[in-house]
Amino acid sequence: MAEATKLDPIKQFELHDALFGDFHIAGYDLSFTNSALMMGVAVILISLFLLMGTSKRSLVPGRLQSIAEISYEFVADMIHSTSGRDGMKFFPFIYALFMFILFANILGLIPFFFTTTSHIIVTFALAMSVMTTVLVVGIFKNGFGFLKLFVPSGVPIVILPLVVLLEIISFLSRPFSHGIRLWANMLAGHIMLKLFAGFIIMMWAGLGGVAKIGAIAPFVMVIALTPLEILVAFLQAYVFAILTSVYINDALHPGH
Amino acid sequence: MNAFDIYMAAAAVADEHGGHANDSVNSVFPPLDASTFASQLFWLFIFFGLLLFLLAKVLLPRLGGILEERSNRIADDLDSAARMQREAESAELAYEQSLKDARAKAHNVAETTRASINAEIEAEMKTSELEMAEHMEIAEAKIRKLREKALANVDGIAADTAKALVEKLFTGKITSAAAAKAVKAQN
Repeated sequence: MAEATKLDPIKQFELHDALFGDFHIAGYDLSFTNSALMMGVAVILISLFLLMGTSKRSLVPGRLQSIAEISYEFVADMIHSTSGRDGMKFFPFIYALFMFILFANILGLIPFFFTTTSHIIVTFALAMSVMTTVLVVGIFKNGFGFLKLFVPSGVPIVILPLVVLLEIISFLSRPFSHGIRLWANMLAGHIMLKLFAGFIIMMWAGLGGVAKIGAIAPFVMVIALTPLEILVAFLQAYVFAILTSVYINDALHPGH
Repeated sequence: MNAFDIYMAAAAVADEHGGHANDSVNSVFPPLDASTFASQLFWLFIFFGLLLFLLAKVLLPRLGGILEERSNRIADDLDSAARMQREAESAELAYEQSLKDARAKAHNVAETTRASINAEIEAEMKTSELEMAEHMEIAEAKIRKLREKALANVDGIAADTAKALVEKLFTGKITSAAAAKAVKAQN
């Protein structure tokens, strides 16, 4: 029975409630779950990484400081190339998104660790925070000029209504695509890893004699998939961050 | 949608092996279980907010400060390197100029020295030539005088000789004056 539950590839996404007892406010269950624990671990690790990376403040950086500087310049260059100088005001926000998602994704790849970003509510909430920022900044900065975002210049008047409709639909679908892309990638990757890992045990236990060697096949798959998943973990954080800066660019410079 | 396909396959595999046998609590797919949304949103808000605050107020300014310091330092170093190069170039120019001056000066000195020495030599030569001419004239005058004196003596000697000859030959006596008169007459 214990082995059977281990082979369930969905089990890894379950939340274990109440690590410190139940915690309810106004009828909502706000218990500190394994998901919350991993969020906290991610925040602590990011803070430690940056604190230790900047502790020496050396002119010629050591290893950790180099990595910290690379992460800083990576995100800064990304914002600079997509939304220009104005976009740098949102540097902490985009850097926080990038690092939070990256650490959550990577932490989730460690066996027995929960993947925060495999729950749609988390990725959707992050996407909505981006959308809210874009709307607030766009309207605050440009007023009605923000509506120019939906009216591309140089489009013939005949098809303009259609284009505007499409622009509005694409704008409204952004938070969904933004959130679901990350969520689906993390979910699919983890289910796949778990499935193939489960196959190893199933084949080893289920098959007799020489046939046990067949368990090598899923094992090779797991070995091949793990680096791929590490790549996906980084790539999705990158995609999320660069799309965020592209959206923020729309808010800052709505004219196409 | 991809994830769902895999999920379906995974569920089928799990069911085959009795994975769900004692999972009676809920059969909702956990990532879509709305009962957990409140707690996840709450803690995400807290932790992401905390991260954002730490990054914006503490961590990123620290890191950015280090980077800025370095780029300033590099810019300063480049500036001072350029300044030093300019200084070196002007020093080289000054050196070349002074070398040229020194050469010209040395040439001048040599030239004036040669000219003054030549003039001196010429002057010396002139004075010594004059002196020599003077000496020659004096010497020539002396010689002339000596010769005249000698010539005058010749007459005297001839008279004496003639007197002596006459006295020997004629055993007579003649006066010197007669002898001199005779010599003179012979001349």
